Amino acid sequence: MPLRASKPSASAIPVPPQDRWKRFFDSDMLHAFVRSPLVMLAALIAFILVALAFLAPWLAPHDPYDLKSLNLMDSENPPSWVKGGDPRFWLGTDDQGRDIFSTILYGMRSSVLISMSAVGLALLMGVSLGLIAGYRGGWVDTVIMRIADIQLTFPSILTALLVDGIAQAVLKGSQLGNSHYLILVVAIGLSYWVQYARTVRGVAMVERNKEYVQAARLIGLSSRKIMFSHVLPNVLSPVLVLATINLALAIITEATLSFLGVGLPSSEPSLGTMIQIGNKFLLSGSWWMVAFPGATLALLVLAVNLVGDWLRDKLDPRLR
Amino acid sequence: MTPTLTQPAAPAPRATAVDVDAAELVRVRDLSRVFDVSKPWLNRMIEREPRKLLKAVSDVSFSINKRETLALVGESGSGKSTVAKMVVGLLRPTSGQVRIDGLDMWAGGDLTALRRRIQMIFQDPYASLNPRWRVDAIIADPIVAFGISTDRAEIEHRVGELLRLVGLDPLDGRKYPHEFSGGQRQRICIARALSSNPEFLVCDEPTSALDVSVQAQILNFMRDLQDQLGLTYLFISHNLAVVRHMANRIGVMYLGRVVELAPTQDIFRQPQHPYTRMLLDAVPDLAMSGRPRKMVEGEIPNPIDPPTGCTFHPRCPLAFDRCKREVPIALKTGFDRSVACHAVEEARG
Amino acid sequence: MSTPVLSVRNLRVEFPTRRGTLVAVDDVSFDIAPGEVLGVVGESGAGKSMTGTAVIGLLEPPGHIAGGQVWLQGERIDTLPPEKMRRVRGKRIGMVFQDPLTSLNPLYRVGEQLIETIRTHTDASPAEARKRSIGLLEAAGIQGAARRIDSYPHEFSGGMRQRVVIALALAAEPDLIIADEPTTALDVSIQAQIIQLLKTLCRERGAAIMLITHDMGVIAETADRVAVMYAGRIAEIGPVRDVVQRPQHPYTKGLMGSIPTLEMDGGRLLQIPGSMPRLTAIPNGCAFHPRCDFVFDRCRTERPNPMPSGASAVACWLADPKNGSPRVDREATAAQAKSPT
Repeated sequence: MPLRASKPSASAIPVPPQDRWKRFFDSDMLHAFVRSPLVMLAALIAFILVALAFLAPWLAPHDPYDLKSLNLMDSENPPSWVKGGDPRFWLGTDDQGRDIFSTILYGMRSSVLISMSAVGLALLMGVSLGLIAGYRGGWVDTVIMRIADIQLTFPSILTALLVDGIAQAVLKGSQLGNSHYLILVVAIGLSYWVQYARTVRGVAMVERNKEYVQAARLIGLSSRKIMFSHVLPNVLSPVLVLATINLALAIITEATLSFLGVGLPSSEPSLGTMIQIGNKFLLSGSWWMVAFPGATLALLVLAVNLVGDWLRDKLDPRLR
Repeated sequence: MTPTLTQPAAPAPRATAVDVDAAELVRVRDLSRVFDVSKPWLNRMIEREPRKLLKAVSDVSFSINKRETLALVGESGSGKSTVAKMVVGLLRPTSGQVRIDGLDMWAGGDLTALRRRIQMIFQDPYASLNPRWRVDAIIADPIVAFGISTDRAEIEHRVGELLRLVGLDPLDGRKYPHEFSGGQRQRICIARALSSNPEFLVCDEPTSALDVSVQAQILNFMRDLQDQLGLTYLFISHNLAVVRHMANRIGVMYLGRVVELAPTQDIFRQPQHPYTRMLLDAVPDLAMSGRPRKMVEGEIPNPIDPPTGCTFHPRCPLAFDRCKREVPIALKTGFDRSVACHAVEEARG
Repeated sequence: MSTPVLSVRNLRVEFPTRRGTLVAVDDVSFDIAPGEVLGVVGESGAGKSMTGTAVIGLLEPPGHIAGGQVWLQGERIDTLPPEKMRRVRGKRIGMVFQDPLTSLNPLYRVGEQLIETIRTHTDASPAEARKRSIGLLEAAGIQGAARRIDSYPHEFSGGMRQRVVIALALAAEPDLIIADEPTTALDVSIQAQIIQLLKTLCRERGAAIMLITHDMGVIAETADRVAVMYAGRIAEIGPVRDVVQRPQHPYTKGLMGSIPTLEMDGGRLLQIPGSMPRLTAIPNGCAFHPRCDFVFDRCRTERPNPMPSGASAVACWLADPKNGSPRVDREATAAQAKSPT
């Protein structure tokens, strides 16, 4: 069948914004959301934490990157309300004299940025590959899904070590400095794309056989156009659910990798590196260096997870 | 309703074929389709199984005149929907020809001009509309895809007209499919099908998912549309009573073959093929007229492993030796009618 | 008169939603006599399946019975605790659904399921139960039953599977069979066989049937009496011949006229204007009045209950004797009633 070049989409007829808002306010989703206080609280906490992270440069009382402002005399100060605490450092300081509170804000920023980018990468790869595999079927499907199977045999930490190792070998130590972020994003992204691919492939295989897709084929639309403008919108809700749950996982993975020393170097604050550093001082009694970053990580992950679980229940009965 | 709205598209350049009757729009000749239903290669190797082929359609031939409705009736596995897909261009035939207005659908070449003259109405009004698209975008899709218009205001106007034509409000275009009932959705499907000004509609069980009172509305409406726009229908159904209401001629299919093809009255007044008679007997007697009926026997065989000879012979009261050996070919038995049955040929019916 | 097998009185099923309470079944009453087949017919959303699930106590929450009573052979069952109700369902009420696979466990052989059912509800020995199972399958028209009893459900075709389900439904010798669209998924030529089978088997065993379907043809073939439902209520209930051939409720008339038949000659089908109201917007008065050709004032304000008219009962003010309209001149009254309004 000759496939013609795709023409501008008919969905060019835009949905007027007031319709969207009306639909949103009228939706059962919003209603159910308002009716579950726990989820509302979780969403609020997640939102506040993410907002704090992104506003770190404006909110943090100290800049942990500014080496000039650091004073070794300030190192290992306990929180301000504990005996021997310094009122300048609310949650105390670490071994280099960095303010824990500020460092948490900055560290959370790194963690959230890396996880979001990683999830975005996984989503992009997984959705495209899954869509192509599910819609095209045949050998294309076989090849993509076998690659996915192979990918699954590597745990994310191993993937990260591999990516890190390759990057180390390719880039010289000096250039490596700024690419830590990228390595983490690629490593985490690579280990998560398979889930998206599998989910999307499954849904796409069902949608492909529906009559609206046949109707689109009948008017000569190209496969690419059918995949992205007809099938894609119908696979998005499970993807959204997966992305939310994955975000929490990615935050943990980033922390784990950084803790293990594969991720960010200790000069770059992230929740993982902070816990790693604090861990060393736990035995010497400086509990605040690990407790506060740890608590923040737990709270963030828990909040995001709660929202994700709830979304799954509401949006995607298939995954229940 | 605005009768002025939709005229059939300007006829495409007519093929120079000699045998094209002036009134004939569709000609299907010896159409066959084989599906490969074997297990994956590795399984076949390990389990030492041969390839499995399913002959869904075998040597089907018919023609449809302009403004006429030809119905194909049959039960599941009869291949009627497969024929529809091949006629409309969704499925490539294994062999045989589909000619629309003299142009060979599957010979290759640019079919854009031909495609917009053919549209399809599907069975399931819930699956045939994209749930994430607004109704106006759904109806506009063919207009945009065929490049009939690129002007936003013009498209919007046309979509409004089409919605009115199918008995909906132009403002309904702003809603999403889930906000409509089954019957309304089927009207939206009809509006979409009509948006490229087609002259030939293939309707695959268009009302079998609908309630009876809604079915009546849609069937009546489709007949009005046909008169109003001069449409030609290929109507696929399993329901003989519905088909009687819609068709000028009927082809009865069994396991991939057309066993009887005749004008509607003839099929109902004097069915010739034993399968046609059996199907008629299976239709519930709603008027309680006490019409004599014979109990239907047996089940439809598995199409992967069909009986030899005439595939109907295991269920046929008139079967004899020859039926087990020889596939009957369609024989002309009267004006415009043909039957594929040895018993009829030998006048034992 | 013997007690009816099933007696439903003023049944009301409600679904609380955040936009208000939906009434899916409203004031539905009917009886089924021993050995009788009652057809419950209606279009989607009429509440026919809901009535069936309410009777067997399988309503999906938040749906619940909000009023009325269900009596099975003189015993009230709608108030039974779930555990007891489960036993009633297995032993005294058999069920046949549209999709045979919902009633059959794909992991067990057909025979195992039959034998288990028989042994749970009777004190038959394993050998006896097996013998009875083979007998049931034979009665259900499965050839070579002694051999096929050890097959899995997927080894049967759709029609054969439905035969197995019927055998299974009859295994515990229930008093009542509830069949919800039992032939809808089957081919026309198989449908007729299954209907016939269901009917003869129940007749032989004296079981009553509540046959729920959208297909008037199936009803005409099978039922003794028929209840036509519209928007959660019974519009008309009566002997099948009367309802099918001389329908009295305007909705039934429209419904019957809209069915294409072999007997009519290709003309236009009768059309009821509009569509069945959604449960969220059931009109005041008679739910059918906005679509009715014979509507008059009373229909808009007052809701009619089924009232006797001939051998049937019809929920229509046209059938109200106080309306001064005996059967014969109802049409005239209708025309009269229509013109001034």
